[in-house]
Amino acid sequence: MNLKNEKTAIILAGLLIGVISALLVVFGNPANMGFCIACFIRDTAGALGLHQAAAVQYIRPEIIGLVIGSCVIALVKKEFIPRGGSSPMTRFALGFFVMIGCLMFLGCPYRMVLRIAGGDMNAVIGLIGFIAGILVGVFFLNRGFTLKRTYSLPKIESAIFPTAQIVLLILLITAPAFIFFTAVDGGPGAKHAAILISLGAGLIVGILAQRTRLCMVGGIRDVILFREWKLFFGFAAILVAAFITNLITGHFSLGFIDQPIAITDGLWNFLGMLTVGFGCVLLGGCPLRQLILAGEGNTDSAITILGLFAGAAIAHNFAMASSSKGPTFNGKIGVIIGIIVILIIAVTNTKKEKLA
Amino acid sequence: MLDARGRSCPEPVIILKKAMISQENSYTILVDNKTALENITRYAEHNGYQVAFTQSNDDFTMILTKK
Repeated sequence: MNLKNEKTAIILAGLLIGVISALLVVFGNPANMGFCIACFIRDTAGALGLHQAAAVQYIRPEIIGLVIGSCVIALVKKEFIPRGGSSPMTRFALGFFVMIGCLMFLGCPYRMVLRIAGGDMNAVIGLIGFIAGILVGVFFLNRGFTLKRTYSLPKIESAIFPTAQIVLLILLITAPAFIFFTAVDGGPGAKHAAILISLGAGLIVGILAQRTRLCMVGGIRDVILFREWKLFFGFAAILVAAFITNLITGHFSLGFIDQPIAITDGLWNFLGMLTVGFGCVLLGGCPLRQLILAGEGNTDSAITILGLFAGAAIAHNFAMASSSKGPTFNGKIGVIIGIIVILIIAVTNTKKEKLA
Repeated sequence: MLDARGRSCPEPVIILKKAMISQENSYTILVDNKTALENITRYAEHNGYQVAFTQSNDDFTMILTKK
């Protein structure tokens, strides 16, 4: 393996992903939301009727594309390996509370990068919280935190999640009456690029992310843990490319106030992303990486995504998700409970050994 | 022999990092996915080790030798 080529590859992939992400906004996606794994899973949950927030209901083809893109390239490269059984319920719970944190901040780590690239300074506060959460997670990793090992599983077990994406695509295209779609001008759910564009963008990003192992939480975690910069370069390349594309397309607006689909409350932006960073370190990857791993046959990641789905549905059903008006009281309670639950998971899964 | 099979990211590298505190001339580590293989290779090379590996089914046996 050539380490230099590896860095060049992830920088080029990151640049391309940054441009694609910013262009999706030009093609119709909500502002600073070319991609958002949390928001898009939430929208899809709404389209399936798992929550009733009419403003955010749409089956997002980007998610489908990410999983299928990863799945196909993994099959081609003989990296599709059916695996699972590493503390699935714990992973579900972590996924659930990572989503509560994301919907406090209004974005996953991927959208956080895109928001910064669009000039949203609230996302810089989010980034500081994200790093703080990663630091807490790394503290436990260094002390032996583990969700135990995965095991080989039958192929059919790992085929279910990618197959479900095909079903979602059929539901999107055929649009039966039982699927909910946000009405025109009814909110972020109504803002989307054409299906083929969104799907194509998802496929390309899915393939690139699978090949480069791109991960937002991994980028910062590896620098802290090992002084290893590879994944961080991917993270930085997305930021730079999206920033430049936003400048060219006129989607850059610097400041804290009046940012699209964002809250200005610094404390809760910080705590929301702290929850996300902490939870994602324990999960071994950000929501984007979980989708890619699920495409590669990792059912622990598929379970994590189901946790994200459940978290999204409950967040809206229990009025925990923030809106442009700000965080909700229920959301604050949810984030505090999330931090406590993740802390309990971290402590109870950490072996009693000392780093010599 | 270190066994990092089935461990999710970044545990295989942490297992190696802890083992490397003892500064052995050679380590053998088992992993079962390409990402772990790449991560271990990167970490070992940065720390002055040469990496060779053999594959059987889904498992990779990695031999790290001090340069």
